[in-house]
Amino acid sequence: MTADPRAHQPLHRALGLTDDEYGRVVEILGREPNHLELAMYAVMWSEHCSYKSSRIHLRRLPTEGDRVLVGPGENAGVIDAGDGIAVAIRIESHNHPSAIEPYQGAATGVGGILRDIFTMGARPLALMDPLFFGPLDDARQRWLFEGVVSGISGYGNSVGVPTVGGELTFDPSYAGNPLVNVLCLGALPVERLVLGTATGEGNLAVLLGSSTGRDGIGGVSVLASAGFESDDTSEDAKRPSVQVGDPFEEKRLIEACLELINSGLVVGVQDLGGAGLACATSETAGRGGMGMDVDVRAVALREPGMEPWEIMTSESQERMLAIVTPQNWPRVREICTRWEVRATVIGNVTSPTGSSPGEPPTGRLRILDGFDGPVLADVPAASLADDAPLYRRPMNAPNNTHPPDDDPDNLPAPPDCGKDLSAMLSDSEWVYRQYDHQLFLNTVVGPGGDAALLRLRGPGLPPSDRAIAVSTDSNPRWCTIDPRAGTAMTVAEGLSNLACVGATGHAVVNCLNFGNPEHPEVMWQLSECVDGLADACTKTSLAVVGGNVSFYNESGGVDISPTPVIAVLGLVDVLRRPPPGVSWHDGDSIVLLSPADPSNATRGDSSLGGTLWGARHEKRYGTLPQLDLGAHLRVVNFVRNLVTAAVAGDDTLLSGVHDVSSGGLALALAEFAVRSDVGCTISGVTGHRQLFNESPSRFVVATPHFDDLANLAHTHRVSARLLGTAGGPRFVIDGSVDLDLVEMKAASKTRIPASLGLPTEPLYDQRGTRDFS
Amino acid sequence: MPPTVGVVVFPGTNCEYDVTVALKSIGADVELVWHGDCDLDALDAVVLPGGFAHGDYLRPGAIARFSPIMDAVREFADRGSPVVGICNGFQVLTEAGLLPGALQKNKRLKFVCAPTTVKVCSTDSVLTCAAGSGRELAIPVNHFSGSYVCDGATLKELQSEDRVVLRYVENPNGSIDDIAGVCNETRNVVGLMPHPERAMSALLGSCDGEVLFRSLLDAAVQPLKRGTPARASTDALTPMSRQVL
Repeated sequence: MTADPRAHQPLHRALGLTDDEYGRVVEILGREPNHLELAMYAVMWSEHCSYKSSRIHLRRLPTEGDRVLVGPGENAGVIDAGDGIAVAIRIESHNHPSAIEPYQGAATGVGGILRDIFTMGARPLALMDPLFFGPLDDARQRWLFEGVVSGISGYGNSVGVPTVGGELTFDPSYAGNPLVNVLCLGALPVERLVLGTATGEGNLAVLLGSSTGRDGIGGVSVLASAGFESDDTSEDAKRPSVQVGDPFEEKRLIEACLELINSGLVVGVQDLGGAGLACATSETAGRGGMGMDVDVRAVALREPGMEPWEIMTSESQERMLAIVTPQNWPRVREICTRWEVRATVIGNVTSPTGSSPGEPPTGRLRILDGFDGPVLADVPAASLADDAPLYRRPMNAPNNTHPPDDDPDNLPAPPDCGKDLSAMLSDSEWVYRQYDHQLFLNTVVGPGGDAALLRLRGPGLPPSDRAIAVSTDSNPRWCTIDPRAGTAMTVAEGLSNLACVGATGHAVVNCLNFGNPEHPEVMWQLSECVDGLADACTKTSLAVVGGNVSFYNESGGVDISPTPVIAVLGLVDVLRRPPPGVSWHDGDSIVLLSPADPSNATRGDSSLGGTLWGARHEKRYGTLPQLDLGAHLRVVNFVRNLVTAAVAGDDTLLSGVHDVSSGGLALALAEFAVRSDVGCTISGVTGHRQLFNESPSRFVVATPHFDDLANLAHTHRVSARLLGTAGGPRFVIDGSVDLDLVEMKAASKTRIPASLGLPTEPLYDQRGTRDFS
Repeated sequence: MPPTVGVVVFPGTNCEYDVTVALKSIGADVELVWHGDCDLDALDAVVLPGGFAHGDYLRPGAIARFSPIMDAVREFADRGSPVVGICNGFQVLTEAGLLPGALQKNKRLKFVCAPTTVKVCSTDSVLTCAAGSGRELAIPVNHFSGSYVCDGATLKELQSEDRVVLRYVENPNGSIDDIAGVCNETRNVVGLMPHPERAMSALLGSCDGEVLFRSLLDAAVQPLKRGTPARASTDALTPMSRQVL
């Protein structure tokens, strides 16, 4: 530590602990901690690991549900999907590592989330990546964006888990602090579920996988739990805290761990992520109410001369901790040898002991220098994981969130709505073509769809005709104006997206990306967001089964827009045909479905506050449209039932379906036209307000049977308004827009590669490869 | 009795499950074969599936060619039995010298996961014997190093001997002569970059991979039918291929 530039501070502060937190450690131990103990408390009590600022708020979330097998607090949430199959899901952020080293930051984010899933005994089957950058007219953003996408592609494809969807947002709010969130979904036979628990005195703690190096030390404290300064030197100084990933090691680790779990050879398994061995050993022991002796000398090292505190807090990737009975150890070693995975006994589970007479016995985490050697650290195991201070940090609503000058409703009508619309078209194909999105033969709807729709099949699973659907959504524009309503609207959008593929929502995981929690406005945003999430989930019967909070997303003292990413997991009972998708055919009627409740029409639905259109005109405030969750569910259920019947193979009224979200009705229609390669003529939608407002609970559908659809909708108190007809080479909205479909397609396809200065034409147009013949 | 197909698993292989599901769906028995094994005697055909054998470290296939199973694959192929390498398997077969040429990085230096259409250019191979010549098949690709390259003399040989079995209709990676798949001189070893196992279900967008796997199963139980009209010349038969016949 002598080389640390902050060495003039007291050690605990240099490690990221406050004076009060240090006092608490002294109180727990009844003495001053030594360096190793302090280092372990510093990483475990970091914001990233302990959720010390958010935990009191997160308790308000509804976590119960009929299908919930494992709720928040374990490595992943698990729900019962039926047919004897459980589905594990988790989402995490890897924002700060990606901001410093985009390829490795994103790659190790993928690696980390995979370990959370196969720790539970689940085979990882799909990844999704919500990404947020500043606008691409800046060279640094282009470097970050290309690097992050390459990192996800490089790691995810190689490790053999398809990336089936995500989200892509470019907004000035993220220019100083990009967001890289990653979600993983896995499945397992219900009876195979394992938890990260160490039980049974004398059982062995076995470290699996990679050797331990100096990479990633202090990743959770120095890197993830502090903001960026405005000058670039702080990023250079933090680069050694970014880990380096090895997807081949991870692939072997997945196969070895799943084989160990399938063979019933492990008592518990825990991945090594943030805070490394300190976290994995204390959490497994703490959960089991046990202690653990760990020999730091037994840990295989990547380089000589590592100090015990470095070994215990290293965040070297691709490592797992398995708890194994001594009888099973030879078979465990054999399986690991076959998969070329290193397996080392580094410790054993110990019974709780009394620290002083009269006190209840506690499990002690003891770090030893050799199994019979001196004790280097001795702390109550559970205190690292559970006794972190909880903060009720000050909260304040920001002042003046609705400056009239920044209200898009005060803007005059644009001279050319078609031009505005064209500028919004952006196909993310350049991104997802770099991701293997098909492995395991499950991807019925992949990237670019409203929600990912996957067959529920995979190695080792019982047969099933069911499907799972996941949608990841966020809307920082809405959440900036009103984090509570914005978050609720985000949940509502997730349900709409699931309805488009015929799925019923059951569970939610969330990744709450916020600024500095020491800013009262940020804590207010988080609190409001949690309330919005809790309210929306309660009213729509969704259980929150997991989440992640990422604070300190700030740069030069400026916080990012509040960005809760909400992933909704849904199920489809029978999947035999693909859903209709965002597609219409020549001659189809184009119909807008919305709540039939007349009071809805008078609620200022055409407000442009928080819209993409407003943001494009630099007007980011105003009034959000109202969400009525009851009316929303009525429309969502109507659409979902139609699509559910279609995917089950029944006759359907629908040839296409898409929800109205960012960009409003105009962008929903334009995406239909571009993806079907069929134009349309729309009438009765006039003016930029009707085109671009983003009021919720609306779907565009295409049907060859408008009368039947309208009658059916009427019986469900859903309004079905005929907008026009599909067909022709032009995209026409009477009185507002008249665009050539070919030009729209080109604008959509080339937006991203052109922004990156890359070729925009398809490769096959540039032959020239025939020179040899 | 249905033919038994061995699917070779290297550390880092990731398409073995998909290929197994695909082959079983058309009636084959499938056995996974570990790269450290060296016995293929009980098998009727062998598939080297896609993935990242040994992490693709150094370059794709460069380490896998030294796995013990590859000697067995070579002997299996020398006996005239069908061997198919898909994607990473194709890369391994070129590195092992069982197929000519090499697969280099895609022209745009990006990974490509995309639907492609390939044309059956020769029906005289274990992978295409049941497919109509000229038939277009919708089969996706998924690779970083899929741009087929070889020297001019080899290309002429491949062309004149009718050994380009599949060509891209719209070249996704810069492959020379739009080559998507080639076979060896004796036509029992085929490598292709597209993934036929991903085109086995209308639910997933295409069933066109089925005809290729059916060809493989046909070839696994009976000797190749030779001299189909699509072939330019039958003069190129080597002593080894005559031995097969």
